[in-house]
Amino acid sequence: MSSKPSPSAPSAAGPASKRDRPWLFRTYSGHSSASASNALYRSNLAKGQTGLSVAFDLPTQTGYDSDHPLARGEVGKVGVPISHIDDMQRLFEEIPLERMNTSMTINATAAWLLSLYIATAERQGTSQDKLRGTTQNDIIKEYLSRGTFVFPPEASMRLTSEIVSYTVDQVPNWNPMNICSYHLQEAGATPVQEIAFAMANAIAILDQVRALGIDEDTLSRVFGRISFFLNAGIRFVEEMCKCRAMTHLWKEIGQERYGVTDEKMLRFRYGVQVNSLGLTEAQPENNIIRIALEALGVTLSKNARARSLQLPAWNEALGLPRPWDQQLSLRTQQIMAFETDLLEYGDLFDGSHVVEGRTKELVEEAREELDRVLAMGGAVAAVENAYMKQKLVESHTTRLRAIESGEMTVVGVNAYRETVESPLVEEGSGSILKVDESAEREQIQSLEAFRKKRNTDEAKNALRGIEDAIKNGDNIMPASIAAAKAGVTTGEWTAVLREIFGEYRAPTGVGATPMAAATEDAKLVRKRVNEISEELGRRLKILVGKPGLDGHSNGAEQIAVKARDVGMEVVYDGIRLTPEEIVQSARDEGVHVIGLSILSGSHGVLVVDVVNQLREAGLGDIPVIIGGIIPDDDAAKLREAGVKRIYTPKDFNLTRIMDEIVDVVAESNAG
Amino acid sequence: MPKTTNMPNVDDAGDVDDATNANKGQKPSVDPIDLEALAEQILAGDRAAVSAALNLVDNQRPEVRAQALTLLDSLEGRGQGMQIGVTGAPGAGKSTLLDAIVSGLRARERSVGILAVDPSSQRTGGALLGDRMRLSSSARDAGVFLRSMAARNQLGGLAEATGPSLDVMIAAFSAVFVETVGVGQSESEVSDLVDTLVFVAQPAAGDLIQFMKAGILEWPDVFFVNKADLGDIAPRTAAELRAGLDLGSRRDPDYEPPVLCGSAQDGTQVDALIEAIDAHQAYLKSSGQGAVRRAAGRLARVEHTLGTRYGRFGLAQLRGDIEIEAYVAQHSKDSTERIIANLGRIIEEALFRGKG
Repeated sequence: MSSKPSPSAPSAAGPASKRDRPWLFRTYSGHSSASASNALYRSNLAKGQTGLSVAFDLPTQTGYDSDHPLARGEVGKVGVPISHIDDMQRLFEEIPLERMNTSMTINATAAWLLSLYIATAERQGTSQDKLRGTTQNDIIKEYLSRGTFVFPPEASMRLTSEIVSYTVDQVPNWNPMNICSYHLQEAGATPVQEIAFAMANAIAILDQVRALGIDEDTLSRVFGRISFFLNAGIRFVEEMCKCRAMTHLWKEIGQERYGVTDEKMLRFRYGVQVNSLGLTEAQPENNIIRIALEALGVTLSKNARARSLQLPAWNEALGLPRPWDQQLSLRTQQIMAFETDLLEYGDLFDGSHVVEGRTKELVEEAREELDRVLAMGGAVAAVENAYMKQKLVESHTTRLRAIESGEMTVVGVNAYRETVESPLVEEGSGSILKVDESAEREQIQSLEAFRKKRNTDEAKNALRGIEDAIKNGDNIMPASIAAAKAGVTTGEWTAVLREIFGEYRAPTGVGATPMAAATEDAKLVRKRVNEISEELGRRLKILVGKPGLDGHSNGAEQIAVKARDVGMEVVYDGIRLTPEEIVQSARDEGVHVIGLSILSGSHGVLVVDVVNQLREAGLGDIPVIIGGIIPDDDAAKLREAGVKRIYTPKDFNLTRIMDEIVDVVAESNAG
Repeated sequence: MPKTTNMPNVDDAGDVDDATNANKGQKPSVDPIDLEALAEQILAGDRAAVSAALNLVDNQRPEVRAQALTLLDSLEGRGQGMQIGVTGAPGAGKSTLLDAIVSGLRARERSVGILAVDPSSQRTGGALLGDRMRLSSSARDAGVFLRSMAARNQLGGLAEATGPSLDVMIAAFSAVFVETVGVGQSESEVSDLVDTLVFVAQPAAGDLIQFMKAGILEWPDVFFVNKADLGDIAPRTAAELRAGLDLGSRRDPDYEPPVLCGSAQDGTQVDALIEAIDAHQAYLKSSGQGAVRRAAGRLARVEHTLGTRYGRFGLAQLRGDIEIEAYVAQHSKDSTERIIANLGRIIEEALFRGKG
């Protein structure tokens, strides 16, 4: 690109020498296609964004090419589709990677996307040792919350440790993995759980790398390259204390467990995406304030300040944000960094009894929880035995109950609901981004053209090279970089690994969730469930599952647990289901109603497929309800297609949803 | 439980006039009124028909019970499938093993049905059935029929609908598995329902001694010590198990249950396990033990169900008038559920008379 990517504002903001350098300003973005995303990145950089944060679409994240059957409806939806090196090159067209700091939210297929990035940089004339950025590469939280895992834990940990050991020498300024506590909070984690599970996760990977037999100095450098990705919730004082507590614990772990002495390596480095869980669909403009307060929590204390910050858009709970919405988030950061005096002082809280006291409590409680996880064999064991997942589901259930009972105030949702109509979301104002439906078709055409153009023999040889590397125990990175250059595709690379490592299904943690003490409302619903069950002749049975590639299972899990608590028999079918599989489950299980959850925006295609296929299978009278981020226009279309009820983030009252499920079943049996 | 006053005359139950209620929420692709046609479709392996029939036999409404009995009568004795139970302690790897056996059978082009009984029912009647997640590869194989079922109010045991559900499924598939979680009283109950009981053992489970004490080891027909990939601890457990089996106390003293040692994870010895199951089935046929077992199983199921429904006092009402064992033997053409319903009616009438 022609204009310089650094911000031009600070000169006007007082004597630069007195001010700290601001954190990196990023916006998590990417959609439709590589070229559309490239245009967005360039415009964001021109507005003063200082780093990039690439959102990949779900097929790319789970290792499928855009033309794979499971990719249907998902291409370009939650991020950019990258199937091969030409896609990656288009994504960074005229963006000099030598000067860029790029964060890539990529996990199961991190080694592959990093290889494409390195190969693209090389095409631009930049060698890998000059590259700066981050691959998220944190598989444990994928099992716990985000759901884009592919391989079993052991194989995934091997891949992660190989990326770490490769980059520490070859791409020395790269953060090979970003331990994410962000998604743990989104899945319901309390601050203590967020701290403890993140630390357990880091320890799992560091232990694995240490077991490769590296020397002390390398281990120290590896420790220094591990960065974190935190969440910042609305309780921003406690959140600030959380950051301080993590700074403290991380140093302690470095010194005591890994013998790191270099102060620089012991620094707790983290980026933040502030909370999306607490953003509301009701009175969505309130989110602008929530986002600013949350951002304050992770920037206020100099000693525990985020090194990079991504703010969500105010309208995230409505659908995909437009460039203008993202600009508002960027301006929020710029006002904080350049207009206020935030960056002119030392740490504001050193010596504060209150802050130190809360921090100490968090450290102690987190240490206790961490010890518990380590005692059961560490983070991997606590994924396999579902301990961490159960704890998260429990915390999330508690949170939702508190909102439902009014114990926790959410302005505009369970309190202060009276409102005038918001001019920001008036009908017809197009307050969200519409993804061009032709994006998927165009991406597939371009992929087909790429396959024709490349040298097939070279690609095949490169794939054999990957297979050999894995079987010989060699680091996967060199073979993958060679494959990127040879024109191998995302789906092909992952297929080789799937064949060798197998595919994993993570435990759900919902089965062991303790029964809730029923509220009066819940008791009424339970009574209705019993009554309708008697009328039906057998207990009301519901199928709950997630079609498509979106792995955010928290919502579906909460629905499943609640349905059980009001007396339904719940078949929980998990994530990544094709419409065919959903129909098969519904028929085999003899359910009375189907509840689907979908957040990736692919509802238009997948839910309609389910409804149609049910009809074709003679099961058209089983009602379908859905929950997710469903814009109003889409909701109307889905109703037309036969969906009986649609729930969006504003429907926080799970008991009411259960009550309506009984209605739906009653209606379908009367008709 | 249906109220006595509403009970239809079970002997006339074949006269069906209101079949549509049976399939509310899920209609088979056939005219649901024609139970004979439904039976034919089940025998032909039609999955929609199987599912509709399972809904039917699970239904508690009196008029639907009547249809269920008619259907079960018409299926009685016509099912060709083998019934296999898989039990073992939680964590022994049952689901992974079952998944492996099923893919082995699918590779041999045999049709498979699975009835997964989940113990997680709550006092509210609600239950989270996670079997489709646990049996992930089977659940996603379009050639495998999987029905999960809550154990409902039966503490540690099986749901009442387990027996009739199996009766339906063996009419449709060549192999039907019952999977249960937990070790204890369910072993003997499951063994009453199946031909071949497979017990999955965890290597180095100190529980073995406990199992022996509890008499659990006398029921299984095939033992599989799982997780052989963990090293030589599995073969040791297998050796202990072989030494601990008291062949004298078994139902069929001329059959020696094999103790295999393998790994569900990497598939080691799974083929051998399938062969062992087939060998046991062949033994049951050639020795005549199969018929003996099914008869004993029917009797046990009748006694167990009546005992659960009416208690000891209820069962006592039959004494003097009817010898259950002889009654079951005489009515070999009737479905087990029909026998249970008929005897139940007699008990209810006796109880009713007693009160009046």
